Amino acid sequence: MSTHDEMTTGAEGQAAPSGPEHTSGLVQRDEVRGRHARTVDDIVPAVDGVVIEADDHEFAPVERITPDSTVARTYDDPFPNPGPPHHEPRRTDVDPRAARRADRQVAGMFGLATLLLIGFIVSFVAVDTDQMISLPLVGKIGAQNALFGITIGGALALVGFGLIHWARKTMTAVELVEPRHPLRSPEPKREEGAAAFRQGIEETGIARRPLLIGGSLLAALGGLLTAPLVLLRDLGPLPEKKLRHTAWAVEQRIVYENTNEQVKASDMHIGTLVAAHPLGVEDPNRLAKASIFLIRLDPSEVKSQRQLDWGYQGIFAFSRICPHVGCPVDLYEQASHHLLCPCHQSTFDMVDGAKVIFGPAARALPQLQITADGEGNLMAKGDFTEPVGPSFWERG
Amino acid sequence: MSTVERMAGGLGTWLDDRFGVARGARKLLRKVFPDHWTFMLGEIALWSFVVILLSGTYLTLFFKPSMHEVVYHGSYVPLQGVQMSEAYASTLDLSFEVRGGLIMRQIHHWAALIFVAAIMIHMLRIFFTGAFRKPRELNWLIGNVLFILAILEGLFGYSLPDDLLSGTGMRILEGVLLGIPLVGTYASFFLFGGEFPGQLLIPRLFTIHILLIPALMVALITVHLLLVFYQKHTQYPGPGKTNRNVVGAPFLPIYTAKAGGFFLIIFGLSAILGGLVQVNPVWLYGPYHPAQISAGSQPDFYMGWLEGALRAMPAWEINAWGHTVSLSVLVPALVVPGIFFTLLALYPFIESWVTGDKREHHLLERPRNAPTRTGLGAAGVTFFGLLWLNGGNDVIADKLHLSIYAITWFTRFALFLGPVVAFIVARRICLGLQRRDRDKVLHGRESGIIRRLPSGEYIEIHEPVSVEERYVLTAYEVNRPLELTDTVDENGIPTPNGRVRKVRSALSRWYFGTRVEKPTPAEYQQLTAGHHD
Repeated sequence: MSTHDEMTTGAEGQAAPSGPEHTSGLVQRDEVRGRHARTVDDIVPAVDGVVIEADDHEFAPVERITPDSTVARTYDDPFPNPGPPHHEPRRTDVDPRAARRADRQVAGMFGLATLLLIGFIVSFVAVDTDQMISLPLVGKIGAQNALFGITIGGALALVGFGLIHWARKTMTAVELVEPRHPLRSPEPKREEGAAAFRQGIEETGIARRPLLIGGSLLAALGGLLTAPLVLLRDLGPLPEKKLRHTAWAVEQRIVYENTNEQVKASDMHIGTLVAAHPLGVEDPNRLAKASIFLIRLDPSEVKSQRQLDWGYQGIFAFSRICPHVGCPVDLYEQASHHLLCPCHQSTFDMVDGAKVIFGPAARALPQLQITADGEGNLMAKGDFTEPVGPSFWERG
Repeated sequence: MSTVERMAGGLGTWLDDRFGVARGARKLLRKVFPDHWTFMLGEIALWSFVVILLSGTYLTLFFKPSMHEVVYHGSYVPLQGVQMSEAYASTLDLSFEVRGGLIMRQIHHWAALIFVAAIMIHMLRIFFTGAFRKPRELNWLIGNVLFILAILEGLFGYSLPDDLLSGTGMRILEGVLLGIPLVGTYASFFLFGGEFPGQLLIPRLFTIHILLIPALMVALITVHLLLVFYQKHTQYPGPGKTNRNVVGAPFLPIYTAKAGGFFLIIFGLSAILGGLVQVNPVWLYGPYHPAQISAGSQPDFYMGWLEGALRAMPAWEINAWGHTVSLSVLVPALVVPGIFFTLLALYPFIESWVTGDKREHHLLERPRNAPTRTGLGAAGVTFFGLLWLNGGNDVIADKLHLSIYAITWFTRFALFLGPVVAFIVARRICLGLQRRDRDKVLHGRESGIIRRLPSGEYIEIHEPVSVEERYVLTAYEVNRPLELTDTVDENGIPTPNGRVRKVRSALSRWYFGTRVEKPTPAEYQQLTAGHHD
């Protein structure tokens, strides 16, 4: 029935019937009040002699979807569409002097743009690259870049404003009305289209051998789409156990992050926190996992026995790579012994095994077991005993 | 005949001889485009995209997408002698040695920021005025895909210089990839060509950034515009405007002049910003190094909501059967945006299903006249906005001297409560505004003139609104909920899909249950008949 409805109401120019009698078998809870009768008077003339119809919101009718529910008819403009407003002539339409002035303004903007472009060439050739200039609001900036911005940007904007000014002031101003037709094709056309499609499919003969031809074609197409995916295999090596190991090893010496000099236990004072990495490791790929920090604490303040055991004279080494998503943790507050990741604010308690006390990191920072050689240089006792950095599926 | 006309005539003849362009020319050249300032928002997005393409092409002439390590010897003194990737070094050269290189880089970056911002505001306009309704659902979907592509394009673009700030972003991306169950480690190893950071990321991002995504975007934008052209633009209800017509200015000359002029203004604005206002000064951040970090770092604004989600998430992780599922990464980085974008994309279909409205709509709705939709939109904006604010929780804590933990805890609760409150408040406001409109139509506007009656009583004179305004204020739909009649047929057998229809009718009641009726001519006449002043 809905097809029938749409057929009749969707037709051009026809007043749309509505109301309970058209929602056969449906219940309409609330009859729309104050329906505005559609009469010939609703057809209002528009400018340019184009005739527009009064508002008709039953462009396509309400479709009833389920057998026993309905969108109760909803729409009606209680007051008639007054039609397009009367065209008010602009000042430039009636006053030739105003029109000439507008023309001059437009040409002025275009002309000024050309001047600015000359200024641009001049600033390109004549202004020194490292010359600075102080401008209000923006402060001290490169003179040449600022001039480029003012000249090129100004020229572009002026041509733009000129065009718009022209369009607004002196180009003929007409408000046009264009009819809009329903996007869906009339029913006979839809039938024709569907028939043509059916005919085309028919002529392939696929209906006779759907499995042999159709099935094998689908399988081949599926293969074509998926088989080349193997080409992506060599984008990178397989993860294997790579995420489980770092550059740390037995007796691997520890050097300062910034100076690459060996860290001596005697250099570290209580409260010191320094970034460090393994001696001789410069490769960013290895540093991305091996970066650590050393911290010296008063051992009596440390609550975790394991932390004490794995340290050396109150000096402790922890992975610097946040177990959340891998930023280097860096913000240390001495008074509270809290270390904060600057990315997402995971907070680690440095006197309790670097346990997480706030934020999204789900695990404590892995601790590196350290000791010192005969000269007091700090060194690792081995690799980390767990993977460092963000969690991953195979981590376990 | 002027020279211009003669030349155009010659060109027209040449083209028509070959392509028969004259046939459709009258219709196309004089095609009507409705005008409203909100229709400009999509145009800003379009024109800033053109600016991005032009400036980006210039940048590729100088940028070297390589992670090969070099020592810097350029003119920027603080970094002389520092080891860095060629990508970073060539960005410095582009900024300091190439005349006009810096402004092009800054135009590119500013235009990108304008682009994404314009997309967002354009989408809000489409949403709140119901422009996505049938027959424009497909264009809404294309717009959604473009929005996601624009965000990715921006992220990859600002990561190319390989500076400390953006490199940290890539580190976070690695962490997020690793967090994906089952395939995460493989995805990460394949993107980075091994372990982070590797040697391949920048050249790969470069190809994605300058070829893959832009090509997709150009294709989608073309379809987006063709559909607007073919289906004709929507218009706001107003005198003379109906669902069956388009009222506006012709394509040639008014629309062409205005749109062309507007493109140049957007370009000009980007150039003025690029010349005068510094953006992404990568030389201050230094080259990326995996063991370095700076505090208070912020991504570009459109990534802020994801950053905020990462920051708000509690430390949840599942460890079972030898596997790890990192909820504290998975939920904020993939689940939240996944649900957000899915709901956004499907909204036109959800609304049409709930309301049962399958008609063609070419007239826009004022947000107040669709209170539930406006409420839902307000809830979405609130959710997004709270995440975005939380992305800057460290900056807020620093500037306002608040506890960063307190801000995060506030966000964690507000993310659930805020949208509900926003929905209720926005819907209330809409209903209130509808009542005010109704009042205005029936009683006219307050004139501010107080009259004293002979009886000593004071009254305020109300002036009736104009016929045009009265029409605009009443040209909208007041919808009623879908009604469920029977869940059993005449033989007492349950009708199919009974439960689904129950849900649907409940949703429909929620959607349209509270409403303000429009004034009717009868009411109007009754009231005006009594008023003889």
